[in-house]
Amino acid sequence: MPGAIYAEGLVKTFGDVRALDGVDLDVPEGTVLGLLGPNGAGKTTAVRVLTTLLRPDSGTAVVAGIDVLKHPNEVRRSIGLSGQFAAVDEYLTGRENLQMVGQLYQMSGRDAKARAGQLLERFNLADAADRTAKTYSGGMRRRLDLAAALVVSPPVMFMDEPTTGLDPRNRQQLWEVIQELVASGTTLLLTTQYLEEADHLADDICVIDHGKVIARGTSDQLKARTGGERVEVVVHRREEIERAREVLTVLGEGEVSVAAHSRKLTVPVSGGAKLLAEVIRDLDARGVEIDDIGLRRPTLDDVFMSLTGHAAELETNGETDKETVA
Amino acid sequence: MTAVQDAAQVQAPRPRGGLAQSVTDSLVVAKRNLIRMTRIPEMVIFGLIQPIMFVVLFSYVFGGSMSVGGSTDPGTYREFLMAGIFAQTVTFATAGAGAGIADDMHKGLIDRFRSLPMARGAVLTGRTLADLVQTTLTVVVLAIVALLVGWRVHEGLPKALAAFGLLLFLGYAFSWIGALIGLSVRTPEAATSGGLIWLFPVTFVSNAFVDSSQMVSWLQPIADWNPFSATVQACRELFGNPGVSQSDAWPMQHPVLASLLWSTVIIVVFRTLAVRKYRSATV
Repeated sequence: MPGAIYAEGLVKTFGDVRALDGVDLDVPEGTVLGLLGPNGAGKTTAVRVLTTLLRPDSGTAVVAGIDVLKHPNEVRRSIGLSGQFAAVDEYLTGRENLQMVGQLYQMSGRDAKARAGQLLERFNLADAADRTAKTYSGGMRRRLDLAAALVVSPPVMFMDEPTTGLDPRNRQQLWEVIQELVASGTTLLLTTQYLEEADHLADDICVIDHGKVIARGTSDQLKARTGGERVEVVVHRREEIERAREVLTVLGEGEVSVAAHSRKLTVPVSGGAKLLAEVIRDLDARGVEIDDIGLRRPTLDDVFMSLTGHAAELETNGETDKETVA
Repeated sequence: MTAVQDAAQVQAPRPRGGLAQSVTDSLVVAKRNLIRMTRIPEMVIFGLIQPIMFVVLFSYVFGGSMSVGGSTDPGTYREFLMAGIFAQTVTFATAGAGAGIADDMHKGLIDRFRSLPMARGAVLTGRTLADLVQTTLTVVVLAIVALLVGWRVHEGLPKALAAFGLLLFLGYAFSWIGALIGLSVRTPEAATSGGLIWLFPVTFVSNAFVDSSQMVSWLQPIADWNPFSATVQACRELFGNPGVSQSDAWPMQHPVLASLLWSTVIIVVFRTLAVRKYRSATV
């Protein structure tokens, strides 16, 4: 049985640009898929297709068991959308925004009002409910945006870069909300440029670049693919580098790389903590003074680097440009 | 933050579909746009100042040098002028619709609406209905100013109300042109200027400010068949104002019918195009 979100062979071109170049996705019910990729990789285009906003040139998409291309309005009843697009009206109050969205989900005026009240409580916006959204902080606005996506309890949620531009405290708060949401059984597709975010929230990760899925798996699987763990040693004095290298060559599993200026040596290893203890004993026996030593596992940054040949581009000012889709 | 699970699961009701849903969805969006107008009152105020300025400028700057039906009395020109100013005012509301919709596109609100199970044309209909409310308000204020500078209705109130009806219908039709412009440009600023530029030739190559018989001969038929001229001519007849065109062109002979037809055609054509554009809208 296909998952709550299922896509096969999605292609979308804008002029010469193949924004989606044969994307397949399958997200089992109640799980979180992190769609990871740099700006312009096709993440936003994929979300727009799955949320009925954009018609693909070819391919099929099924969301919550409904064909996206054949019954878009049925799909719209079953999804919530939040993120860099799908904004709130800044000249309406928080309450008016949620009430309007409720009514447009075809709730009665009274039901929409009651639901707006519930959501404002739940997202800590009750005190600001009757102020215009213009006066809200970035974090409050994201919470309102998320609340708007949850006016009906949609079985499937799409979040496009939900925490881009938020400070760490607000990001943490939003992560908690997302985790609670998923715990209650919602299927979530989340796009992000933050590798840490995908690591933290997603059950499965799809890495996308130039409109193609270039890798998929759990965070651990992707890291294992990139290469195993390694030992990093920083010695106290430059003269000790040679001796440390001899030790690491014997115990490690490959070439030892040396950064002389920072007195740091790195070598791939297998054997985990037990091996680390051995390295420390041998270095000590050879009289090498250690400033820092540790067992490092690859981060998703390393994964990204090895898959795409370039680092994930993080925005410096916290605001992302929309992917060019016009 | 309180637990997300605590709130009851809410299902989206099954859409009723059809006309009933179109009407309620449009009203929900219209209400939203009207609330916005009250929160940005300067927009409404600028919309009021502009036509008043036109009345004063045309009346007192051009008034003395214009002849209407052989008369060069400035009072006669002011009475002649008002139908033109009324019509120009209702059509300038086009720019408001365009800028508003372009702004919604830009801010991502159109995407929000398009992801909801709502009637297809409701976002645009809601906007044009809200603009109609604003236009009505502007026309009322303008009528008061017009009465102050000496404009009068000579054919009784029912005919005058019919004339205002034609004007508002024309304004509503033109706001659909604005909606299409708003959906077609990249920025709200472009929608504002793009929404106004083409209105100048449309309003000036007409009988709005001068009698078309005073134009060069090749412009006369264009002015006579201009949708805008039909409404202006109809208003002059219904208000009993001077300067009714004696042209043989069909719209000038049957201005009320011509005005209704033109506005209907504009709505049908531009609503169809705008709704189609809306469905595939991408920023």
